[in-house]
This record gives sequence, structure tokens and C-alpha cells, in this order.
Amino acid sequence: MGILLAAGHFQLFPDQASLFANDVDGLFFFLLTITAFFSILIAGLIVFFSVKYRRSVSPVRPPPPEKMWLELTWTILPLCICMVIFVWGARVFALAFHPPADALDIYVVGKQWMWKVQHPQGRREINELHIPAGRPVRLIMTSQDVIHDFFVPAFRVKQDVLPGRYTSEWFQATEPGEYHLFCAQYCGLSHADMIGTAVVMEPSKYAAWLAESPSGKSMTETGEALYRQFGCNACHGTKAPSLAGLFDSNVVLQNGQTVRADESYLRESILAPRAKIVSGYQTIMPTYKGQMSEEQLAQIIEYIKSLRAFREPEPEKKQ
Amino acid sequence: MNVSTQPLPVVTEPRHAPPNYLNDGYSVRSWLLTLDHKRIAILYMISITLFFFIGGAAAVLFRVHLLTPTGALFDPGTYNKLFTIHGVVMVFFFLIPSIPAVMGNFLVPLMIGAKDLAFPRLNLASWYVYMAGGTLTGYAAIAGGIDTGWTFYTPYSTMFSNTNVIAAATGVFITGFSSILTGLNFIATIHKMRAPGLTWFRLPLFIWAMYATSVIMVLGTPVLAMTVSLLGIERIFHVGIFDPALGGDPLLFQHLFWFYSHPAVYIMILPSMGVVSEIIPCFARKRPFGYKFIAMASVAIAMLGFFVWGHHMFVSGQSMYGGVVFSFLSFFVAIPSAVKVFNWTATLHKGSISLQTPMLYALGFIGLFTFGGLTGLFLACLGVDIHVTGTYFIVAHFHYIMVGGAVMGYLGAIHFWWPKMTGRVYSEFWGRISAAIIFVGFNLTFFPQFILGYLGMPRRYYAYPPEFQVLNVMSTAGASILGLGFLLPLIYLLWSLKYGKRAGPNYWKATGLEWTTQSPPETENFETTPEVVSEPYAYEFMELGNAD
Repeated sequence: MGILLAAGHFQLFPDQASLFANDVDGLFFFLLTITAFFSILIAGLIVFFSVKYRRSVSPVRPPPPEKMWLELTWTILPLCICMVIFVWGARVFALAFHPPADALDIYVVGKQWMWKVQHPQGRREINELHIPAGRPVRLIMTSQDVIHDFFVPAFRVKQDVLPGRYTSEWFQATEPGEYHLFCAQYCGLSHADMIGTAVVMEPSKYAAWLAESPSGKSMTETGEALYRQFGCNACHGTKAPSLAGLFDSNVVLQNGQTVRADESYLRESILAPRAKIVSGYQTIMPTYKGQMSEEQLAQIIEYIKSLRAFREPEPEKKQ
Repeated sequence: MNVSTQPLPVVTEPRHAPPNYLNDGYSVRSWLLTLDHKRIAILYMISITLFFFIGGAAAVLFRVHLLTPTGALFDPGTYNKLFTIHGVVMVFFFLIPSIPAVMGNFLVPLMIGAKDLAFPRLNLASWYVYMAGGTLTGYAAIAGGIDTGWTFYTPYSTMFSNTNVIAAATGVFITGFSSILTGLNFIATIHKMRAPGLTWFRLPLFIWAMYATSVIMVLGTPVLAMTVSLLGIERIFHVGIFDPALGGDPLLFQHLFWFYSHPAVYIMILPSMGVVSEIIPCFARKRPFGYKFIAMASVAIAMLGFFVWGHHMFVSGQSMYGGVVFSFLSFFVAIPSAVKVFNWTATLHKGSISLQTPMLYALGFIGLFTFGGLTGLFLACLGVDIHVTGTYFIVAHFHYIMVGGAVMGYLGAIHFWWPKMTGRVYSEFWGRISAAIIFVGFNLTFFPQFILGYLGMPRRYYAYPPEFQVLNVMSTAGASILGLGFLLPLIYLLWSLKYGKRAGPNYWKATGLEWTTQSPPETENFETTPEVVSEPYAYEFMELGNAD
């Protein structure tokens, strides 16, 4: 709800269109109060002293003794206020790092100068992001070239989008409507054109919109075809670990470490298979770096994620 | 009344000034090969003024461009080059050298009762190194320009930008050594060349600030040199350091860059804090409240400043725990700044205050720095930073610190020590008018940008959605006023060189050894090495300043 002033689009406060926006704004107003209080206090004291102790009425006096209690007060009090801000801020920040388990995953690829979006059901779009209201959405993002940043002010979320890795952000949109999408990390010539629209829809309308997909194939289906095309099935399940039930499980590595098999792990294992070797297996997998596009990679990952339900008696646990 | 009725020394001055550092040789050679710290300070002053107006002109141009949502003047490439040159010039060639290289050079020996800095030849070399770097970066700006932003983020700067990155970065690399050499010189001088009796806690607070700044320069700047070198290696030889396509890590660059560039913010602001700590006692005729706390706060800021760089990277892809630790540490650096502000304000209490030009700048500094510092809490606060980082909010915040803080401090210093440096008095009327114009213009330029930022307008956009236009127009209007405000001192200060009244040795009746010399000081500074027998800032024993 923006405070609309006069005619036109002029606003003083941004739209609030996600649950997270409330958390951020609450904290923002707390900080605004503190800022207003101390700014007025200091400015007020400066003006007050400058008038009250002006040269014409105030003679030069011997200096007052130093007051330790005063120094301690204005050291400790701001420290306490800062710690409150820190803890509150860290709690809101932690929310941004913990998407709910049932979040809808949408894949985003940034490139100079556009956003490419892929929905699990198969529909793709450019510079637009259609999402249902009332449902948590997680964006799994990467870049094909330089660093970008996916920023929707009305949701109060922002996350750099880096080449060579996945970063993610999540939000739960509340109000159907159209909101600005900006690239917020300078990315070259047409940085200011790397903008778009986040379209929040009623869930039924979103479902209808998804169904209009021209290809009709979901990411999982496309991913399964790619899985065979790239020959992944030749080894996985025999010479290499089975991928059934892999996603979101804990994988024991050759060096004794344990990692969680999330999207970043799958991505790295496909592009740089030697980075993390699963305990008990040979390093026979070739790299697929440069052989598949970011979109195809996402489709294969989405296919592997779809296998999570078929968790077998895990052969990779064997020594 | 305390108004001084005795005739000013001006009246009895002879037509020709006594021998001083300014009339000790008029040839170009006597300036370009001078080893006198005061003349080198003047060389720096002329050079950084030139860079300031180049950087300022770029800012005026892109502010005019932003009058309309689609951009009024330039194509995107030109716009990107303009904000880049504004940032690079202002940060590396104006703000970082400003107070240290000009006022520090001039004042450190005078304030501690020395004849010069410890290494006069090194001091001159610093200026040549600075000019070499400045020339190279200036060349880069003209020959093709550079469009990476002053932050040179990779892999854009190494593998994607088609502009003159190498020349500009090399200029920055070279100029860094001038910082390092100046810092070394100050540290050695302050340790070894203090006058007899001038113990550490009798030092002017400006010297404490210069000392803290020098420590940052010496410890931090080499990391900038390394970072820029790695950038060059990747860009020229395609060695994978930062670009993932070559096997590098783009966040590594950001860590290295901010490891220097956050402390660099304190290189810009600490000297101004030192200046304000000199001006306020003089115009309140009172010892600074909490001298030791102000001095130690400078040292604390210099130290803590090295542990907070990650707060520039909360949304960069850095781990959540990294963000939490850097946020926690960042709040600690806020405390010594707050302590300083409270102590300056308390110094005014029961003072005898006159609002002459330097004092207007000092009080303006406190107000704007306080507001800039408080808005810094929004950025240190993780939850809010997610929304405001990368927007005009951060642009507004750091301009409150760098212009509202550092530039106000620099102008305050120029106005306070101008009678000492030149032996002349500028027009107090025009001084006050300009200070007021700058204050109003500054706030009109940058306050609307906080609102723009919270609304979500990203920085470095050459075009923007129409609903942001009103605030952008306000900001541009403010920038025009600010630009005029910055031109005025250039005019009346230059005018005073020829037509200003002679200042006499201690125009403000200030304490401090620099005011015991004639104005302008003679080349050797002091006829005999002064001996210090009392605490600093004994304003209760000083007569009142000339203009009162």
C-alpha cells in the first residue's frame, strides 16, 4: 500500500506485496524512529547551545571536569541500541535464508541484459515472472556472464545472481498485481534495461497461465530426455551412484566429509565432477561444462529432484 | 563586552611580507623541486582542486541527464562512463588525498613543532606519484573512458568491459603508493619529531586523526595494489582468478576490494573528524570535552574499520553466517563515531560560541555526519540492507558521509587555516553565504535519494520508471545549488590572495603551535624549536579572536 500523494505516480513509500515486506518495514520504521530521535537530539542541541552560549552573552569559562559517567553512558547506550538492531536485523535476515520446504522452485538465468525464467511445469518467459499469490516461491538463479541482481522492491528481496553457481531468494507474494523487477548489480551498458515485471496472480489464474505452455512438456520430462541424451543413465545406478533419492539427502564423500545434495551440489557434480567424489566410487565421470546450456542443466537437475521420492536402499553407503 | 578593540596587526604590517615559504623563490623550479612540506601541500591543493572540479562536472552532467525518466542527454555508454569517472576521480584522486595530503602535509610539522616531515624527498615523490597516477587515469577517461563503476567488480571489469580498464586501474594502482608514502612519512614524523614536552596526550586531535589515518593508509593500500594487479592479470592474460568461466571466484574480488575500500572510507572521514576537533574548541573557546575519548575513538575506528568489509556483501552470495558476523562487527564501528559526536556536542555546552565560516562547516559536519552515520545503521542491519543495498539509499548514505562529512571537513579546514597558509583573510560574508548554500544544496541533492532508494530505484541507472521523476528532479535541482556553492569559495579564496586583509600570526586566536608562527610561516617554520609546557586547547587563557 503506497501512500499516494497528489496526482500521477508519485510515491513516498513502496508497495508492500510480500510477507517479508512486513518484516523489513517493521524493522525499517524502528530504525527510522531511532534516526529521527538522535538526529533531532544532536541538531537540536547544536542549535540550542549555539544560541544560548553565543559569544555576546556567554563569557569564556574555565573548562568543566571530565565526566566519566557521561562518557560511559553515551558509549554503552548506543551499543545496547545497536545490539537490538543487530539481533532484530539478523532474525529478519535469517528468514530470507530459510525458504519453507513446500516452496515452488522457479529457475532464473540472468544474462546481459535480460532475465530468463523457467517454471517447473515447462512454461518459460523473459523479463517477466508470473507467480501465484499466497504461496512461497523460491528462485534458483544463475548468470551466463557477469554478476546481476534480482530485485523486486515490492517484495523487499534482493540477491546477487552470479555466474558459475546458484544463489537463491524466496518470498511469498500477498497482493495480486504487477511489480517492478530490477537488476540491482551494475552489469554493463544496458544495466538499466535489465528490468521487468513480477506478475502476482490468483493461484487459479496462475495454473491456467501455466497450462498455456507452448511445449506442453514439464522441466522434469525434458530433463529426463536430456538425461538419456547425455548418457547419464549409462553409469548412474551401476558404476556411479544411483540418483534415486539423492536430492536433499546427505552424501558421504571420499574425504570423509558429508554434504547435502542440494541444487548447488548437483550443479557442481555435473560441471566439475572431480570437486566432490562420493565415497566408494571411482572418479570416472567426465565434465559436462560447456556442453549444456544453463536451461538444460536446470532441467536435468529438476529431473534428478523428481527422483527424490524413489529412495532405494542406498548403495552408496557401502564401502 | 569582549570585543577586541586593539588595532589589527594588518595596519602596521609593512608593504612587503617578511620572508616566508611563499616568497622564498618564485621560479617554477622552486615549486616543482621544493622539499618544503608547505609548498608540497599547495601543490597537492591545486591538483586535488582540479580533480574535484572534474569529478564534480561529471556529476552535474549525469544529474542533468536524470531529469527525465528516459534520460535527457546521453546514450547509456556515456552515462556509465560519467558515473564511473565521477566515482574514480572523487574517491582516489580527491577524497583520499584531500585532507591528509593538503592539510596534513601543511599542518603536521607545524602542529608538532618540527621543521618539516621526516622524509621531505619522499614527500615530494608522493606528489609526483600521485600526479602520475592521476594523469594516467585522466588519460583513460579521455581515451575511450571506463565504464565499470569505481568498484571495478569482476568479471565485468576483467572479461566483459570494452573500455579502458587497464589504464584507469593502473592509475589507481600508482596513486596508491602516494598514499602509502604519505602515511609512512606522517607516522615517522609524529613518532620522532615532536617538540620537547609535546607528549602523546598533548597532541592536537588533528594529529591523532592523521596518525590513525596513516595507519590505515600503510596497512590497507597495499591490498588495493594487489587486488588491482590481480584484476590486470586476469584481464590481460586471462588467468582465471575472478571469472568463473576461467575457474575463478568473483566474490574473491569483492572481499579483496572491500578489505581496502571500507577502511578507505575512514581514510576519508577520520581527517575531517580531526579538523572538526580543532575548529569546535576554537570557536567555542573551550577545551574539547573528552579529549582522550575523541583521540582513542580515532584509533578505534582505524582498527575496527579493518574487520567490517563484508557488510558490503550481504546479498553478494556470501554465506548467511558471514553476513551475521560482519553485521555484528559493523555495529561496533558505529560506537566510536557516536562517542565523537557526543563529545563535540558537549564541547559546545557552556562555551562562548561564534558562528564564523569554519565553525559553520564544523557544525554542518556534525549534523550531516550524524545523519549519514545513523542511516549507516540501516545498511549494517542485515534485514533492511537486503532491501536498500544497491539502491539510491546507499548512494545517499555514503554521500552524507563523504560529502556531508569529508568535504565539509575539508572546506572547514581550508577556511580555518587559510589565514595561516596564505597570510590573508577571505570575505567572512561570502564564506558564510557559501557554507549555507552548500548545506542547503547538499541536503536537497541527497535527502530525496533516501526516499528513492527505499522506493527501490537502483543506482547506476541511466533511465528509470516515471514515478521516480519528481524526486530525481529535486535531487538535480539540489545538485545545481551545490555546484554553485562549491564554485563560490574558489572565487573568493583566490580573490583574497591579492585583496584580502593580512591575517597576522594568529587570526582566530587559536591554540596550537602552528598559530605561534608568522602567517604565512617562514620556510623553516620555527626560529627556535618550541617547547611545550602545558595541555592543549587552553582556550580559557587565550584572548578572543580577531573578528569578534
